[in-house]
Amino acid sequence: MDDIHQLTISQAHRLLQERKTSSVELTKASLRHLHEVEDKVHACVTVSEDAALRQAEEADEAISTGTTNPLTGIPALIKDNMCTEGIKTTCSSRILEDFVPPYDATVIEKLKAHKAVILGKTNMDEFAMGSSTEHSAFFPTRNPWDLDCVPGGSSGGSCVAVAADAAVYALGSDTGGSIRQPAGFCSVVGLKPTYGRVSRFGLVAFASSLDQIGPITKTVADSALVMNVIAGHDPRDSTSVPNPVPDYTEALIPDLKNVRIGIPQEYFVEGIQDEVRISVQAAIKKLGELGAKIDWEASLPHTKYALAAYYIVAPSEASANLARYDGVKYGFSYQDTSNMWQAMEKTKQYGFGDEVKRRIMLGTYALSAGYYDAYYLKAQKVRTLIRWEFDQAFEKYDALVTPTSPTLPFKIGERVDDPMQMYLSDVCTLPINIAGVPAISVPAGFANGLPIGMQIIGKPFDEETVLHIAFAYEQATDWHNRKPPV
Amino acid sequence: MKLSCEEVRHIGLLARLGLDEAEIEQFRLQLSDILENFEILKEANTGDLKPTAQPIALQNVLRPDEAEASFPVEDVLANAPRQDDNYFRIRAVLE
Repeated sequence: MDDIHQLTISQAHRLLQERKTSSVELTKASLRHLHEVEDKVHACVTVSEDAALRQAEEADEAISTGTTNPLTGIPALIKDNMCTEGIKTTCSSRILEDFVPPYDATVIEKLKAHKAVILGKTNMDEFAMGSSTEHSAFFPTRNPWDLDCVPGGSSGGSCVAVAADAAVYALGSDTGGSIRQPAGFCSVVGLKPTYGRVSRFGLVAFASSLDQIGPITKTVADSALVMNVIAGHDPRDSTSVPNPVPDYTEALIPDLKNVRIGIPQEYFVEGIQDEVRISVQAAIKKLGELGAKIDWEASLPHTKYALAAYYIVAPSEASANLARYDGVKYGFSYQDTSNMWQAMEKTKQYGFGDEVKRRIMLGTYALSAGYYDAYYLKAQKVRTLIRWEFDQAFEKYDALVTPTSPTLPFKIGERVDDPMQMYLSDVCTLPINIAGVPAISVPAGFANGLPIGMQIIGKPFDEETVLHIAFAYEQATDWHNRKPPV
Repeated sequence: MKLSCEEVRHIGLLARLGLDEAEIEQFRLQLSDILENFEILKEANTGDLKPTAQPIALQNVLRPDEAEASFPVEDVLANAPRQDDNYFRIRAVLE
């Protein structure tokens, strides 16, 4: 078989079970294809070929004894902000360029426990701060649908790799849209679980009250399969929730009878591109045809405050989290001085890129004496308001549906020097992190050859309804079957 | 909200970012633009709402106070820029 790298998790799992292929064969095919497309898209920071082949051999042994999970032996890529024991974890930053973690993140432990195969680590905006993967300290990642366009971010490398069949699936992290926005830009499925659903232990912290790890897959069914493995309580993450983990594949039902969906008007106004609005409205009509009750008049009037609240809360938390990069314990360290303060300043000056510095400054400012009440405290109160508004909406609706991004993928270089314009590309996704609820982006059409994503938002810990709606839509459309030209 | 060069320099010092003059001017313009966009928050009627620090209801999560094995010292020091015996080596804090 020449094209086994194109398989989904479900398809590859079946072939492995029937012994029609092996994990080694699948891993070699994925690596071969990864190297072919990598010259064009630059999705990976590290490819750990030897370790991957060893893991594939172990997976084949497990398969021969009959004890397998759907992820056993399936090649995956991991965003480079999740710690992998013995394999560099850079956050696409100079300051962690040579950092080799002494332990695995909980999600990596879980994948390994099921004998998954890890091909390597994917490129991202430095410390996950950005919406285009142009803020990587190493190189920008390119959109496989149009190499002159950005893939979105910050999990751009992971989404590109899955779209271009360089991995069967990938893990990303999402603080304000970093899984969903690039998933929309690359026409793959990206799920941000409820805050607390997946352990953050071993995820390099950006904004601890917003960060969440989630799956990036070719289909909705694959998203459920990955969630079945990575979700759950972890005593090492005190914000992970001890709720039981359902079998997410049971949510995959193709009709939407009696599902109530609200369409918040505020997501269809200002700044939204016509192509995006038209495609997402057509997708919503399709949900109606599948049996869902659509209310086009839903309203979340405080949405307009979400962007400002987010870009105060996230940088504030980041400024505290990134204070640890002092050049003492690990990471880049400026050596050519005997003065402690100078060493610290030079370490950060060289080690951090512009966007990281901007956010540290924004956060430092918002938390500083005299501005704390006006910015940080105000933003936290607005957060209460936004969460309350989602709770109210979910008394009437089972889910809310919006575009994933207000625009089509933009050109490389177009927004990189205008931070405020870059921040606006998260406007549809960041309210969801503020509220801590789950949301998925699914492929919902194309315009000018570029992908468009639809976002489905659910109640806290109701990933099942989100996956249900996404699955029904996917079964009724074929956007997810299109392949990029690379 | 327009920031002055002095304010940007002060924030840079608080965060120990080692900014140069060109960066100070660049960040002054960009951060002023961003902060101006945040003015909208003043309109939000938050009355006597309590602030939300994180979105889930968990409180006071504790674990049993039991000793567990930790990482071997050499693993932890493997990434250290400078080390001395079993310690991180740092520059003098007090002269």
